[in-house]
Amino acid sequence: MTATTAPLSTAVTIPTPWSVRLMPYMLLAPAVLVTLFIVFFPMMQAVFTSLYDLVLWKPNASRFVGFGNYAKLFADPVFWMALGNTAIWIGLTVPLQMGLGLLTALLLNREFPWRGLARALIIIPWALPSVVIALMWRWIYDPNTGVLNDILLYLSVVQSAVPWLADPRLALYAIIATLTWQGFPFFAVMILAGLQGIPKSHYEAASIDGASAWRQFVHITLPGIAPVLATAGLLRVIWVANSMDVIFVMTGGGPGYATHTLPLYAFVRARQNLDFGYGTTIAVTFTILLGAIVAVYLARTMREVER
Amino acid sequence: MNKPSTLRRILTTDLPVLLIVLFAMAPFAWMVLTSLTPTAALNATGVSVSPAGWSLDNYVRLLRQTSFLGNMLDSLIIACGTVVLGLAVAVTAAYAFSRFRFAGRKLLMLQFLLINMFPIVLLILPLFVLMRKAGILDTHFGLILANATVAIPFAVWMLTSYVGAIPKSLDEAAMIDGCSRLTALRRVVLPLTMPGIISTGIYIFITAWNEYLYALTLGGKNVRPVTVAIQTLIGEYQIEWGLLAAGAVVGAMPATLLFLLVQRRLIGGLTQGAVKG
Repeated sequence: MTATTAPLSTAVTIPTPWSVRLMPYMLLAPAVLVTLFIVFFPMMQAVFTSLYDLVLWKPNASRFVGFGNYAKLFADPVFWMALGNTAIWIGLTVPLQMGLGLLTALLLNREFPWRGLARALIIIPWALPSVVIALMWRWIYDPNTGVLNDILLYLSVVQSAVPWLADPRLALYAIIATLTWQGFPFFAVMILAGLQGIPKSHYEAASIDGASAWRQFVHITLPGIAPVLATAGLLRVIWVANSMDVIFVMTGGGPGYATHTLPLYAFVRARQNLDFGYGTTIAVTFTILLGAIVAVYLARTMREVER
Repeated sequence: MNKPSTLRRILTTDLPVLLIVLFAMAPFAWMVLTSLTPTAALNATGVSVSPAGWSLDNYVRLLRQTSFLGNMLDSLIIACGTVVLGLAVAVTAAYAFSRFRFAGRKLLMLQFLLINMFPIVLLILPLFVLMRKAGILDTHFGLILANATVAIPFAVWMLTSYVGAIPKSLDEAAMIDGCSRLTALRRVVLPLTMPGIISTGIYIFITAWNEYLYALTLGGKNVRPVTVAIQTLIGEYQIEWGLLAAGAVVGAMPATLLFLLVQRRLIGGLTQGAVKG
């Protein structure tokens, strides 16, 4: 295996010296060592911890329980509820973000005078800290003084103030709306970049052939941006599944368990009860479930690296 | 093909875009209005929409009565530290990935991609236990390390694509002229990659500045970044929305301004990979 490409194509094959062969590893060493230390080591520790009954404030009572925590998990109704919520959470948030993002991108791809300004302003939700977003929307959703209820009451859409985040049937959907707002700019800019990569001549040819706007969209636009939609969609599924900070600040998982998703359940369990053994078990299980989606994404990306 | 009239353009493009821009900006604009309304007025008549009812009262209280400036400093130290650590280890790694073909290259690249996908909750619990043992809980250093779990893999990937875009012939020419590999990296590749390094650094800064869960779990007492501090502005008995809004506006400002400043270049870098596919 040749380690480096020869600088001149006519170069005679001289065995590459060790110092040159080792060079890439030396260059990589700092990054690899740091990540081994702060990511892989803690991760192994997590897998290890999940086999123990470990409550942080009584470390001496820690004991090995094997797969006991996992058995407990599958019998835990909150786990199944959180799993269901996670499915709704991902299943609604990502398509909504993508749909709104697609619409935005199609509009921004047209010619109009303030296009640059509009594009800059639309990405504001993306730049805001999630804790600010969560608090901001709590204020908007507030049942007594929130502006959303004021507007809806004024327009007579609702007859009485709706407790958006306190009603167990509504809370999850209210947070999904917030996350849709936060995430659609990401899709918009990704899809916009994809749209700009479609040659104009395709549309010109299609309109000469008499294709309607809808047929042009289905046969030229959609195939053109399909790879972007797939990559951005997968990336977003992983990101949305993992993100729990907005939920944590908005409802803390409540009312009851109505807005518990799996990562949030793991975090709350470990944080409030200091039940690190069980909390880590939930986190590991969640990671394994997410692993399937991650594998698809990795396969796609690595295929590209090969090129 | 007849050109669409201006009126039609306004109805089918400008108006819908305006609606989406309003949708994107309204919540934050509402927050700004809330922060400008003094608390007494906020409780009596609600958020003041007209400039007549505005005052900087909440901001003055924020700076006088809370330790918000100190919190900003904590955030600044952590974000800058993360940028330095992330870029320092990522630059050479990116150079190795884009210039050498070596055994294990694909596996190592996969490793960095994989780390980015890890649920933060899987890392946060063991990191808490480990940092408590090491005695770096609630320190700047601890939070810099925690933020680096996100920053390093991101920086490696971004920089690999930036370095990859610089023709190999340039560093080869420098090496023929007598430069060593490392000198070629420093004198030729680094200056050319600088725009990419800067936008990657800015993105790391924004992410670290906005980070909340690590800050809450691994810091919080001695070291309290703005994201955690904003939440503590919620009063003890009732929520002080005016003060909270002022904290949110100030806390969000640095990252938002940076983002707007570099958005074009940044998005170019972020979308590159996705669009090629």
